[in-house]
Amino acid sequence: MIANIGFGLLVITLVTSLIAVITAVYGVTSKTRAMLETSRLAALSTFPLLSMSVAALLALLLSGKFEYVYVYQTTSLSMPVYLKIAALWGGQQGSLLFWCWLLSGFTFIVLIRKWKQDHDLLPWVIVVTNITLFFFMVLVLFFENPFLKYYILYNGEVITSLFQPFHAITAHPTDGSGLNPLLRHFGMVVHPPMLYLGFVGFIIPFAYAIAALIEGRTDDRWLKATRRWSLMAWLFLSLGLILGSRWAYDVLGWGGYWSWDPVEISAFMPWLTGTAYLHSMVMQDKRGLFKHWNVALIILTFCLVIFGTFLTRSGLFSSVHAFSESQIGPAFFIFIAVMFVASLGLLLYRWSSLSSNYQIKSFFSRESAFLYNNLLFLAIFAICLLGVIFPILSELFTGQQVTVGPQFYESAAGPLFALLLLLMGIVPLTAWSTSSARNLGKTVWKPALLSLVFPILAVVLSAKNWIAVIAIWLAALVICVTLYDYIRSIRLRAANHHEPLWKAFLTLTTRNRRRYGGYIIHLGVALMGMGIIGIEFFQTQTQAMLKQGESLDLSGYTITYRDLQITDTPDGRNVAKAEISISRDNQELKVVYPRIDYYYDSEQAVTIPGLRTTLADDLYIILVDWEPVTSEGATIKVFRNPLMNWFWIGSIVAVIGTLLALWPSTIRKSIAKEEA
Amino acid sequence: MNNNTSLPQNQSKEKPALKINKFVIGGVLLLAAVVVLVVTSLKGNAQYYLTIDELLASPPGEYSNVRVSGVVIGDTIEYDAQHQVLKFTIANIPGDNAVIEEMGGIAQVLHTASTDPSASRLKIEYHDVKPDLLKNEAQAIVTGHLGEDGVFYAEELLLKCPSKYEEGLPEQSQNSR
Repeated sequence: MIANIGFGLLVITLVTSLIAVITAVYGVTSKTRAMLETSRLAALSTFPLLSMSVAALLALLLSGKFEYVYVYQTTSLSMPVYLKIAALWGGQQGSLLFWCWLLSGFTFIVLIRKWKQDHDLLPWVIVVTNITLFFFMVLVLFFENPFLKYYILYNGEVITSLFQPFHAITAHPTDGSGLNPLLRHFGMVVHPPMLYLGFVGFIIPFAYAIAALIEGRTDDRWLKATRRWSLMAWLFLSLGLILGSRWAYDVLGWGGYWSWDPVEISAFMPWLTGTAYLHSMVMQDKRGLFKHWNVALIILTFCLVIFGTFLTRSGLFSSVHAFSESQIGPAFFIFIAVMFVASLGLLLYRWSSLSSNYQIKSFFSRESAFLYNNLLFLAIFAICLLGVIFPILSELFTGQQVTVGPQFYESAAGPLFALLLLLMGIVPLTAWSTSSARNLGKTVWKPALLSLVFPILAVVLSAKNWIAVIAIWLAALVICVTLYDYIRSIRLRAANHHEPLWKAFLTLTTRNRRRYGGYIIHLGVALMGMGIIGIEFFQTQTQAMLKQGESLDLSGYTITYRDLQITDTPDGRNVAKAEISISRDNQELKVVYPRIDYYYDSEQAVTIPGLRTTLADDLYIILVDWEPVTSEGATIKVFRNPLMNWFWIGSIVAVIGTLLALWPSTIRKSIAKEEA
Repeated sequence: MNNNTSLPQNQSKEKPALKINKFVIGGVLLLAAVVVLVVTSLKGNAQYYLTIDELLASPPGEYSNVRVSGVVIGDTIEYDAQHQVLKFTIANIPGDNAVIEEMGGIAQVLHTASTDPSASRLKIEYHDVKPDLLKNEAQAIVTGHLGEDGVFYAEELLLKCPSKYEEGLPEQSQNSR
C-alpha cells in the first residue's frame, strides 16, 4: 500500500515536471500570466510530491519490508536505525530518488524566495530544473524503480516486478542482505548527502545562467542572484569530499584518504571547475571581466555534476565506489550531450552581447592572478578528465585499453597545485588594475622571508626531498602572506579609527566577509597542503608479527602488542580487537584498539585502524592478522603520518571561512532597506 | 566586500598591445607546460588493460607494466601474515562491457568464470596487507608484471564486489510464503 502510494506519487511528479516545463515555455512565449502561475505551482508541487514518495520509501526501509527489492538489498534486521535511514541513498534506486528530491527542494526554495524579484528569469529556471528533474524521474520510474517487489512464479522462479504477475505470490524474505559492511559506517550518513547537496546545488546557478542567456539578460544579475547558491553548493561539495576522505582514513579498505579513484575524481572535477567559477565570479562582480568564461564554467560544472552522478552509479570504471552496475549509462550520455550542446549553442548565440568593456592591463595585477588561477584549475581539471577517460580514448584509437594510475595524476597535476599555492601566496598583496613586479616585491618580501623559516626548519629536521621542501615553503608562503596582510589591515584600521585591535579585527572581518572569508579558506587550504605534504613525502611504516608483550619501534615510538580479544556481537559480527600500547621514552602515550570486524552474512571483513593523533604526527596502526587458536600472536602494520592532522584542521578552517563568506550581510540588508 | 578601488571608466579605451602579448605568452607557456607534464606522466604511468587470455597470449616480456582483471577463486587465497605475502588465483573474464552485459551482467559473469574449469587462470602474488574485499567471486584488478615463472607480481590490487542481491533471488524467499 505504502509502496503503491510512493510509486503513484513518482508518476504524478513525472507528469507535473513535464507540465511545469511546457506551461513555462508557453507562458513566456505567449505572455500569459495564468500559464506562468500554473508552471510555478506545478514546479512547486514536485517538492511535496517527492517528499511524500521519499517518506514512503523511508517507511518501507525502517519497517523492514524485505519483500521490496530495494529494502532487501540495502537493509537488514541487524542494521541500526541511522543506517536504515542512510540506506535511502545506499543503493542506486534510492540515491537517484534522493537526488530528485534535493533538486525539487532547491527549486522550491528558489521559487518561494525569488518569484517576484526575478520574475523574468524564473520561468526559464523552472524549465531547466524541471527538464533535469524529468530526465531523472524517467530513470527512477523506468530503469531504477525503488518500489519493485519480489514475486514467486508458479514454477518457483523468483522475479522482481512492480505489479503482481499472474499466478504469482509475493516473496517474503525474513531478512535483508543489508548494506555492504564497508558502507555501514557513520560516514554513510554524512558523506553521500553532502556530495549530492553540492552536486544538485550547482544546478541552480546553471539554471539562472541559461535563463539569462535565453532572456538576453547578459548583465551580472544571474551571477549576483546565485552567488550564495554557488558558494553553498561549493561548501557542500567540499564537505562531501573531505568527509569522504576522512571516512577512507578511518576505515581501511578504501585505500587511504585519497586514491585518485575514477569516482573520487568525478566528484573532484566539478569541484575544480566550481572553484574556478567562484574565483572568476569575483572578477565579473568587481571588474566586469570573464563574462563568457563564467557562463562556460557553470555549464561545464553542471555537465560534470551529471557526469559525476552517472559515474558514481554506473560501475563503468574500476573503482572502489563501484558497488552497482547499471544500464542507465547511454541515457546519461545522451542527456549530458544534449544539455551541453544546447547550453553552448545559447552561449555562442549571446556571445557578442556578453563582451566586457574592460581589459586586464598589468601582468602583476590581481586580475591577472585570477586569470592564472582559472587557467590552473582548468588545467588540473583537463588532466583529471584525460585520466578518467583515457581507457575509453585509447580503446577507441588503438583498440587496446590503457589505464593510468595515481602516479599519473600526482606527477601531472602536482606541479600545478604548487603553482596554485604560489598564486595564493602572492595574490593578497597584488593590487587591482595596475601593479608592477617592483611594487609586488616591495610588499611581499617581509612575509616571504618569514615563510622561509618553515622549509629551513624542515631541512634541519632532516627533510631531504627537495620537492617536499619547496612544497612546504609554498604552503608556508600562503600562510605568512595571508596573515601578514590580514594583520596589516587590522592595524591600519585600528590606527585610523582609534579602535582596539580586536574591534578592528571584528569590524574588518564582518564588513568584508567575502574577502576575509576567502583569506580564511586560503589559510585552511594551505594547512591542508601541509598535511598532504606530510603524509605523501614523509610517511614511514613498519610491520611485524608480535607475540604478547613484544614490541616494535618506529621513528622513536615503541609499539607494544598486549592482548587480543575475539568476540561475537549480536549484530552478526566477529570482532577481533587488539590492545596495543604506544609509548615514547618509556612513557605510555596511548592505548589503541585496531580491529577486524568480520561480517558473517556477507562473508566480509572490515579493518578499522587504531589511531593516535597529535599535531606533529598520526600513528596509524592496522591489525593485519592474528593467530586464531591461541591468540598469542598478531601481525600489525604501523604507519607514521607526519602533519596529517593539519589536513583535517585545515579543512575545518576552510569550512569556517566559507561560512563567513556565506553569512548574509546584515549591513547590506539594512542599506537596501533604507534605500527602499 | 565593496570595491576597494573604483573602476575608472575610460581605462578600457587605451589598450596597450604589448601587455596583452604577455598574457598570450604566459598562457602558451602554461599550456606547453601542461602538455609536457601530461606526456611525461603518461609515459611513465600508463598501463595496458588486458584480460588474462590476452596477457597469456602475448609474447613473454611484451608488457612490463600491465593491468589485468579477473575473478578471485576463493579456495586459492593464501596469506602469510608474518611476511605479508598474499597469493591467490584469478580466472579470466571478458574485458568488453557489451559482452559482459550479454552474458547477464558482471555478477553472473564472475560467478560463471569462478566455477568454470576451462577458464584460463593466473596466479597472483601481492606483498601488502590483505584487502577486506578479497573473497570468492570478487573481481580483482591487479597492476604489475608477469614473471618468468608464470606468476603475476602485483604492485596494486583493486577489488570490486558486486552485491549478493544481483545474483537474482533472495535465498530466504524460497522457504517462506
